[in-house]
Amino acid sequence: MSSPAMIDRYRWWEIVLIYCGIALFLAFVLSPFVEGFLVSLKPLSQLFSSPYRFWPENGSFEAYRTMWVSVPGFGRYIFNSFFISIIVTIVVLCLVIPASYAFARFEFRGMGILLGAFLTVNMFSGAVLLIPLFRLMRSMGVLNTYLAMIVPGVAFLIPSAIWLLRTYMIRIPQELNEAAYMDGASHFYTLRRVILPIAMPGIIVVAITTFIGAYAQQFIFALTFNSKTEYMPLPVGLFAYFGKQEVIWNELMAASFVGILPAMVVIFFLQRYLVGGLTAGAVKQ
Amino acid sequence: MSVQKSTVIFAWILLLPAVLYVMAIVAYPLVDTFILSFTDASLRKTTNWVGWVNYEKIFNATFAEVILRTFIWTFFSVSIKMIIGTFGATMLNAAVPGRSLFRLLTMPPWIVPMAIGIFMWGWMYNGQFGMISGLLQRFGLTDGPVAFLAYGSTAFWATIITDVWIGVPLVTIYFLAAIQSIPKDLYEAAWTDGAGRFYRFRRITLPLMVPAIITMSMLSLIATFNSFDIIWILTQGGPSGQTTTMIIDTYQTAIGSKKYGEGAARAVLICIFLSLFCFAYFRVTRRLNPEKRA
Repeated sequence: MSSPAMIDRYRWWEIVLIYCGIALFLAFVLSPFVEGFLVSLKPLSQLFSSPYRFWPENGSFEAYRTMWVSVPGFGRYIFNSFFISIIVTIVVLCLVIPASYAFARFEFRGMGILLGAFLTVNMFSGAVLLIPLFRLMRSMGVLNTYLAMIVPGVAFLIPSAIWLLRTYMIRIPQELNEAAYMDGASHFYTLRRVILPIAMPGIIVVAITTFIGAYAQQFIFALTFNSKTEYMPLPVGLFAYFGKQEVIWNELMAASFVGILPAMVVIFFLQRYLVGGLTAGAVKQ
Repeated sequence: MSVQKSTVIFAWILLLPAVLYVMAIVAYPLVDTFILSFTDASLRKTTNWVGWVNYEKIFNATFAEVILRTFIWTFFSVSIKMIIGTFGATMLNAAVPGRSLFRLLTMPPWIVPMAIGIFMWGWMYNGQFGMISGLLQRFGLTDGPVAFLAYGSTAFWATIITDVWIGVPLVTIYFLAAIQSIPKDLYEAAWTDGAGRFYRFRRITLPLMVPAIITMSMLSLIATFNSFDIIWILTQGGPSGQTTTMIIDTYQTAIGSKKYGEGAARAVLICIFLSLFCFAYFRVTRRLNPEKRA
């Protein structure tokens, strides 16, 4: 990728201006995290005192210890969140990999309409369909179980996953398929042994975006379809830090960071795939 | 590839699981919503056909306000997202040291579970002890603490800003990709003609970003219109209904008050709006790249 720098160099004040712009942008993006982290270091008494202090005074990681005590089930919430997201991701991948391959490789009547239909589904959020979904989950007898969050979660993540993976698979050379057919390989064998390995980077991107999406959806489905603390995912479980009198903010923030840390670490290592894959998919679309 | 019968069958075998799943969990509830909206279904399970009653009930002054508010909320949220996203993408595209780190640092609001980001904003908005109010007082911009979520007008903007914050990473990365797909020789030609950096941005970058901006606004419009978590966690639609959008109102009616029928009628109305947006989206994207799409 060539950059404007190859055309003409930045003058010193342009560089200053760019860094100021980036700083301004990142300040907006990151300030809640910075503030959240500082809050997690402050003792509660310091939080509720005027005047406002930005930096913690004799800050400590005390809240990271007490948060486990004041909400005993917290570890369970983290586990639930990861468990639900991982199952949702696996099911979505199982359904979406064959479907996007079909969309990318075969031409058949009604394909355009079907693709459009999937895109349309993408636009209806779970919130709109909450009442019938509630009735459906109730009649299936899965209210207050993991399934109540997994079953609807999968459905709303399928469409965008198909669109993203399809743009990836379209770029795999058609000749590979033909060579495999020449050698007498079946459709299924070709998909499994030829296409899947090549599509792996795309599948990883879809897996990550699905995982993130699954994590994000947990709020409304869990709020409506589940009232048992043992199955509660992290986003709803965090409400446990909302006491009768006041919110235990330092522990809430500590719990938030503990909850997101594993996901952040995974994504940090996979971000190379992520940025590349998202931008590739975005441009193609 | 020649379209043989076995190939078509194989394609359908691959498609069927996903299609059936989505039909069962999305299409069926969609139909169910429509049917429910003509009944008086509630928690007590007395389900009688009541015709248009639910629809007649929702068309009143309060609900007209809710609809209007939803559109204003969505309009400002999407516009601000586009402006900040364009700004961010332009800045992150500049060839300065450290830019891959800066690009990575835009991701957190998108990666983190939404509810957690919203909790963090909840604290920032806290009137007595939050950062925004604290800094405003520190710099003498306000006399006393400002409880942003306690007053309708400030709560309205507070929820918009949080929505913008959550949406900005994806918009920025999408726009960054759009900028990078602009052919470099255009810039070189303009540079040879003596065009300055700002001129090149205004005459090349911005016009060629328009398709990306339109596509992203449409997608963002739909997501924002459906936005539930942010308002629910921050204000639950309050104070005194000043942040109640259509989605929040539907949730309160259907799940809060257990009036399934009335809630369903509201959901149908939302579906109608969404379908219109969808239709517009297809029209626009087809016009933007006419050679694509089957």
